[in-house]
Amino acid sequence: MEEKQVRELKIGDKVELSGIIFTARDKAHLYLLESRFQKLENGIIYHCGPIVKDNKVVSAGPTTSERLSLYAPDIIKKYRIKAIIGKGGMDNNTLKAMKEHGCVYLAAIGGAGALIASKIKSIKNIYKKEFGMPEAIYELEVENMPAIVAMDSKGNSIYENILKHSGKKLSVKQ
Amino acid sequence: MNLQQAIIELYRRASTSIPEDVENSLEISLKKEKDGSLANYSLSNMIKNIELSRDKSLPMCQDTGTPIFYIKVPIGISNKSLAQTVINATRTATKEIPLRPNAVDVLSEKNTGDNIGFNDDKRDIHQPLIYFEQWDNDCIRIDLMLKGGGSENIGMTYKLPNKELKADRDIEGIKKCILDAVFKAQGKGCPPYIIGAAIGGSKDQLAIESKKQLLRRIDDINEDKTLAKLEHELRNKINASGIGPLGLGGKTTALAVKIKSMHRHPASFFIDISFMCWACRRYSLIYNKGEAIFS
Repeated sequence: MEEKQVRELKIGDKVELSGIIFTARDKAHLYLLESRFQKLENGIIYHCGPIVKDNKVVSAGPTTSERLSLYAPDIIKKYRIKAIIGKGGMDNNTLKAMKEHGCVYLAAIGGAGALIASKIKSIKNIYKKEFGMPEAIYELEVENMPAIVAMDSKGNSIYENILKHSGKKLSVKQ
Repeated sequence: MNLQQAIIELYRRASTSIPEDVENSLEISLKKEKDGSLANYSLSNMIKNIELSRDKSLPMCQDTGTPIFYIKVPIGISNKSLAQTVINATRTATKEIPLRPNAVDVLSEKNTGDNIGFNDDKRDIHQPLIYFEQWDNDCIRIDLMLKGGGSENIGMTYKLPNKELKADRDIEGIKKCILDAVFKAQGKGCPPYIIGAAIGGSKDQLAIESKKQLLRRIDDINEDKTLAKLEHELRNKINASGIGPLGLGGKTTALAVKIKSMHRHPASFFIDISFMCWACRRYSLIYNKGEAIFS
């Protein structure tokens, strides 16, 4: 993805992804910060710990992104990440980093592991297998993977809007 | 079919399908959302996923969860031998279905690879989680819940009174806690949620009982009239929050709210809230002398 393309996306857009994405969750994020993983430069990260059998992805929905907010700003900057796919959204520091470096957050359909796996054409490579099946880094080739732009590079976040609105409706002190 | 084979089949059904009451409830939610809306898009994709998983026998969600067994045991059958059968079935199911290996040693960070978590002496098994209860029937009943990590992480425990929430020891205070938990959860645990709550009791009882509420059918009605009213009222209020499917906005945030109350110590007033994601994986088995009935 080119930065110009990323900058044009806005919250609420429905997109379909085709190309290469890299899975990374908790352990992988620490590894990516400590090491240099060149293949990821200008790439796309998917918060996902798939089920894999006989080198095929059986089920691969997103994991909760919130936990990775802690590392995301540094990862976006270091690797010039263009898009992060996950579920549930990320924090304001991540939103700021997305604005600064030209990156978007895409909400995949949480829980739809089988449906998303059907959009994965192949596993190109597996890195850090020793982290275990969920935590390894998978280089995946996807075709028409559905997602929603939920945080854009202009500083807008669907989650931020809903947080404010729902606080009022639930009469919760914010 | 021997019991081990029946439990493997129970795992397969639980991980690749969704109970019909939950599926119906999602379909009703879809009808309330406008064509082209994000909620409509999210719910339609969820339903597509349910159909694909069922047709091709694939795990609906890659997080096949922590397996939790609730086993009712006839008098004369050993819990120890049942636990061993569950362990054997879990190993095979993990390989064959397959399930994602989800047992990680906290200290060494090693994933055991077979969904079995035990201490070194191999007697102290903590995964799968198994609760035994003796009953007077001749058959064994097993309810299996596959509890995903995303929905587990948003669970909460509160003590009343709570200064921050301005919540006292009364029904209003209970409501404030449950609504606060939903507010904090937002879309992080895959809504629409099924929400289980336990009030009263002691700290260990609470967590078990709030999770057990997630085994109840969406359409059942609490026998306690006060709780039935509270469940109904909270569900409506939560659905008015606008959090919606996947937290992207919409009319359905909770498919159901289920509450159990227990007697409390005069000094204590606890509330525990457990969340289940829309991909609610639960299935039951009744087993008697080689005959297995699944529901």
